[in-house]
Amino acid sequence: MKTRGYFNGFGGAYIPEILVETFKELENAFLDVKDDPLFWNEYKTVLSTYSCRPTPVTFAENLTRYFNGARIYIKREDLNHTGAHKANNVIGQGLLVKRMGKKRVIAETGAGQHGVATATMAAKFGFKCTIYMGEVDMERQRPNVFWMEKLGAEVIPVTEGTRILKDAINEAFRDWVANMDTTHYVLGTACGPHPFPEMVTYFQSIIGKEARKQIIKITNKLPSRVYACVGGGSNAMGIFSGFFDDPVELIGVEAGGRGLESGRHAARLSSTDASIGIAQGYKTYFLQDSDGQMKKTHSVAAGLDYVGVSPILADLKEKGRVRFESATDKEVIDAMSLTIKKEGLIPALESAHAFVQAFKDAPKLDKDDVILINQSGRGDKDIFTIADAFSDPGWKEFIIKKAKEYNA
Amino acid sequence: MLESYIKNRLKEKEILLMTHIVIGYPSFEDSFRIIEEMVKAGVDLMELQIPFSEPMADGPVILSANQKSLAYGTKVAKCMEFAKKVSKTFNIPFLFMSYYNILYKYGLKDFTSFMKDAGIHGAIVPDLPHEEACDYLKAMEACNLNPIMLFSPNTPKDRLKAIASYAKGFIYCVARKGVTGSSTSFSDEFEAYVNRCRKETDLPLAIGFGVKEKRDIDFLRGKADIAIIGTAIIKLIEQKGIEHIKEFIESLTVASTKQNSS
Ligand SMILES: Cc1ncc(COP(=O)(O)O)c(C=O)c1O
Repeated sequence: MKTRGYFNGFGGAYIPEILVETFKELENAFLDVKDDPLFWNEYKTVLSTYSCRPTPVTFAENLTRYFNGARIYIKREDLNHTGAHKANNVIGQGLLVKRMGKKRVIAETGAGQHGVATATMAAKFGFKCTIYMGEVDMERQRPNVFWMEKLGAEVIPVTEGTRILKDAINEAFRDWVANMDTTHYVLGTACGPHPFPEMVTYFQSIIGKEARKQIIKITNKLPSRVYACVGGGSNAMGIFSGFFDDPVELIGVEAGGRGLESGRHAARLSSTDASIGIAQGYKTYFLQDSDGQMKKTHSVAAGLDYVGVSPILADLKEKGRVRFESATDKEVIDAMSLTIKKEGLIPALESAHAFVQAFKDAPKLDKDDVILINQSGRGDKDIFTIADAFSDPGWKEFIIKKAKEYNA
Repeated sequence: MLESYIKNRLKEKEILLMTHIVIGYPSFEDSFRIIEEMVKAGVDLMELQIPFSEPMADGPVILSANQKSLAYGTKVAKCMEFAKKVSKTFNIPFLFMSYYNILYKYGLKDFTSFMKDAGIHGAIVPDLPHEEACDYLKAMEACNLNPIMLFSPNTPKDRLKAIASYAKGFIYCVARKGVTGSSTSFSDEFEAYVNRCRKETDLPLAIGFGVKEKRDIDFLRGKADIAIIGTAIIKLIEQKGIEHIKEFIESLTVASTKQNSS
């Protein structure tokens, strides 16, 4: 490879020898498209005709009045085709796969959003598609499993390890080391071996590019703060990258799960529980024990329920450029509920983490301050989890009735 | 010296056998008994895998052995002590096999000085290409240990040469694409690969991934120096029991003693 993809000691490419040539090929293909102005235009064209780019920025007037502080704006990545920012990365990598001449794509998925986006891209571009998904996540994101299968993808349940996102990544790698000649691994977040963190960030940077222009146009100024949830870190890197050179505070919100003190969370950069290590092909902060074994993580949001984090964010954390906070499951449900009621917007459980911190900060800020939240996805996929969280009686009744119909 | 041990041994045997265990699976006591059986059966060297929660290069059988060992409470420190005991008890070279995070978290210098004290000859770290291995290679060098480097069938010539320049003891040639466990069809194409490897190094060549029966070893005889058996023995232990190891290993190596003067 031309570079090793280090961000002040985080990153790298810790890959088995059998994959070295594949990564070299991928890095070259990525560097080619990065240098090719026509590629970015092609990318934008696909996203504006097949998806809804540029996605709008919405003024959350009612929430602003409610918190009586900073003016709250929301970048609407939920309006992408397939309902999340994942589409940006997937279309980018899909165009790359075409250039590389491969015919099959594989992907891991946690929330199922990346899986659905990949299956959709595969259907459109005519690739065969296999999605690896932890058994636990298949349960909690069942609607997305249905759509992936309808889109023609094979969804393989991962029954090893903790049966969530990290285990799905391991299985995708195991597939790839056998099939790299025909297959590209569409990694869904800004993690993994170089060039993935940089490449996924590059495709997602379209969020930040648009958002910066839009917010200046609407408010005539830069936002004071930008909020994004952080699973692997792709939507956060996407929106943050538009503001790196500006005097804008960037806040990444991780999954606080049952609370940091409970140990049942996925807070790598906002807790003191993580330490530097090497797994899944890269070096970053991992939630691991003193032996280096990965720990079990927890979040109500499958997409944030991950042991590692983008090496680029680990670097930005150490540099103090990005502030990291966490939001508990309960806070997330409350923030989501409020957003639905006040604005008629349904953020994904993942995205709602960013809303939690923005809502904590907004009342303390000046009325002239503008803050921007990245709504990385829409919450429809979470209907089962959310209905459970609300213990919604009407929904329960419906499910029981439906189950009876199937049993009849 | 590991390399000279192997070369001397090759004067008497056409092909050597390296076997593998996951430490603490099915239990520490059984791990010890397994090694005892293997040594009795005439195995020439052994890799001791310290289990890791994310064994990316391993297939289902070894993956599951890693997870079960960890689930029973296996700790790295206990694996190290186990390795020390084993290497003081049995008179063949032992190597560690694990993923880089295990060494990194233990501390590279502490890890290598422990190896030296314990008499462990070297290590195999499948997720550590030489570009990322600077600190590891230095620590191994300082303790006079053998970093076993890996070749793969798609490694280009220049890279084989580069890898060989960092390797000591022998080279682990991954027989095919994929993870450990599934079978390998040893063919003419494979022979060409081994020849490519030979051109770039004078170190002995060990072949692993998918070696599982006598037929495979017969094919490798005269081409490779060491045959590596991993998954096949874990399966044997799971299906038949430890007491069958010796018989199995002996059946593999039948006729591998060099026929001197007849
Ligand atoms: C809607 C949504 N937001 C956020 C994430 C977290 O990923 P990342 O941190 O890469 O943006 C996911 C992942 O599945 C997601 O589906």
